[in-house]
Amino acid sequence: MKKLLSILLAVLMAAVPVSLSSCGSNTAIESPRATYTRDLAGTTVNVFNWGEYISDGSEGSLNVNKAFEALTGIHVNYSFYDSNESMYGKLKSGAVSYDVIIPSDYMIERLIKEDMLQPLDYAKLTNYDLIDPQYKNLFFDPDNTYSVPYNVGLVGLIYNTTMVEGTPDSWAIMWDEKYKDNILTFDNPRDAFGIAQFLIGVDVNSENKADWDAAAEKLKEQNKVLQGRVMDQVFAKMEGGNAAIAPYYAGDYHVMKSNNPDLAFVYPKEGTNIFVDSACVPKNAVNYEAALMYINFLMEPEVALANAEYICYASPNTAVANNPDYEFYGDEILYPTEESRPVCEYFHDIDPEIRSYYEKLWESVILDS
Amino acid sequence: MKQRSLLQRIIGAPYVLWAAIFIVVPLFIVAYYSFTDPNGAPTLANIKNLGEYGPIFRDSILYSLAATVISLVLAYPFAYVMSRKREKTQQIMMVLVMLPMWMSLLILTYSWMNILERNGIINTLLSKIGAGPLTLIGTPGAVIFGMVYNYIPYMILPIYSVMAKIEPSVLEAAEDLGSGGLSKLYRVILPLSMPGVVSGITMVFVPSVSTFYISQKLGDGKILLVGDIIERQIQAQNNYNMGAALSLVLMVIIVLSMALMKLFAGDTDENLYV
Repeated sequence: MKKLLSILLAVLMAAVPVSLSSCGSNTAIESPRATYTRDLAGTTVNVFNWGEYISDGSEGSLNVNKAFEALTGIHVNYSFYDSNESMYGKLKSGAVSYDVIIPSDYMIERLIKEDMLQPLDYAKLTNYDLIDPQYKNLFFDPDNTYSVPYNVGLVGLIYNTTMVEGTPDSWAIMWDEKYKDNILTFDNPRDAFGIAQFLIGVDVNSENKADWDAAAEKLKEQNKVLQGRVMDQVFAKMEGGNAAIAPYYAGDYHVMKSNNPDLAFVYPKEGTNIFVDSACVPKNAVNYEAALMYINFLMEPEVALANAEYICYASPNTAVANNPDYEFYGDEILYPTEESRPVCEYFHDIDPEIRSYYEKLWESVILDS
Repeated sequence: MKQRSLLQRIIGAPYVLWAAIFIVVPLFIVAYYSFTDPNGAPTLANIKNLGEYGPIFRDSILYSLAATVISLVLAYPFAYVMSRKREKTQQIMMVLVMLPMWMSLLILTYSWMNILERNGIINTLLSKIGAGPLTLIGTPGAVIFGMVYNYIPYMILPIYSVMAKIEPSVLEAAEDLGSGGLSKLYRVILPLSMPGVVSGITMVFVPSVSTFYISQKLGDGKILLVGDIIERQIQAQNNYNMGAALSLVLMVIIVLSMALMKLFAGDTDENLYV
């Protein structure tokens, strides 16, 4: 037994340096577009981002945080969240302080309303001119005061061509009895309601309770054909052919498709949700200058490219979208053309009373199933 | 009650302090949140709203009761057989029971998702012999199964530990006095093992009734238990107050069930964990 243990330990100790050296590969960018000083070297920037939402050096990709550290000497303290709401909860509690956060559009709208963000000094964000103008001046930050777009995403319908006949073009297929027990939907109220709202032609940002009631009724109808409500499990379900139809984010379709070539993707004709996740600096940030430097760094062509290829979502950065070497250059799903572009609606921040109203409805929909 | 010596008090002090800071104070915070609104003003609204969650509380209790009964039925004979084996075999069986506990509940549950899936391991095997596919995941059965799978060691271990203490001579005496088979089980083994059964029931029921991960993953988002609602209130709706009120009710349910079990256990000295 002891002998076995010592052999194991020896193997372990031999393995550690090997694995350490192999992951220290790509931690520098070749030619930064902006100039970076080392004035803030030794300080820390606290970054709070979605999980799996930055190129982290795995599989030979660029390790963005390490590259930033190498360039500026600023230590990146990186942590992540799994929903806008949990991020909001942490920030609101006041128990934590972050210098950079990357929430979605409607959450930025709420944060601005509640005076929780601080204006950015755009003079220092020298890479901001790379951002596609169509993602500037959006409803949540009409004067471009608080946010810098990081990623763009659209929701679409993913289906398995071996299980679905023809080419679906409507959300209605998610109610089709033919695919009973093979249909998935989102396990969060806003996205799930959104689909029903697009289908019955109700405003996704309605402040009228009757509209939400109507959508809830529609969702209850769906219960009898539904296999389940999923978020991340959608990957395993769709890749394994366990379900035929699922709505999900366009970028993630590419990940699923690479593991199951039978999958296809379509934007339903009734319209769909578009979202923009943007970098912001909270009011209680302690290292404002470093935060600006970090946000500027995220817009570096090399960094944005690495992130876009790692995350697989559409990049609002023109240096990425117009780069012929980009893995998804000209990809119609991520970057629909004028003609192929679906009707898109942003989710807006909704009045708290309506919010708790639809949360209640959502519970009743689940209990009904 | 024996008087505690000074030394005992000194040794116990860190524990008392620990319990005060990390158990008692948080309980008060939960109670405080339950009776206030998000702005800190006192209110009974959270408690009044609890009524809406009646069906969810009912489901949680039913699911965890089912899991507890199934665990007991499976664990009891297993624990008995285990306690009568040679010491070496007992040790091996003990390791086998403990083995799944070395892994995170999250990983275990995620693995079961893949096993129970439409094209999962079970259905692939079934289709090889021309049966099924069965709908396994997303059913109440899958959630109860998940609870049993994850918590059954907590049923086996306390029952086993009291069974192991039953001297073989006691059983022989029972037989000599004409108590064989069922009667031996009924009159001798069962009463002697009661403290273990009571601890086991509590230790399976309590985590089952408050679970959220198992119901979400194995229920395919179609089953809501109290734990899920509490998680949603706090994570998705940022309503700490409602979440706290729900937790408070859950705690009351747990304390009541433990009190009930204590009643059943009677005045034996061997109440292991209750």
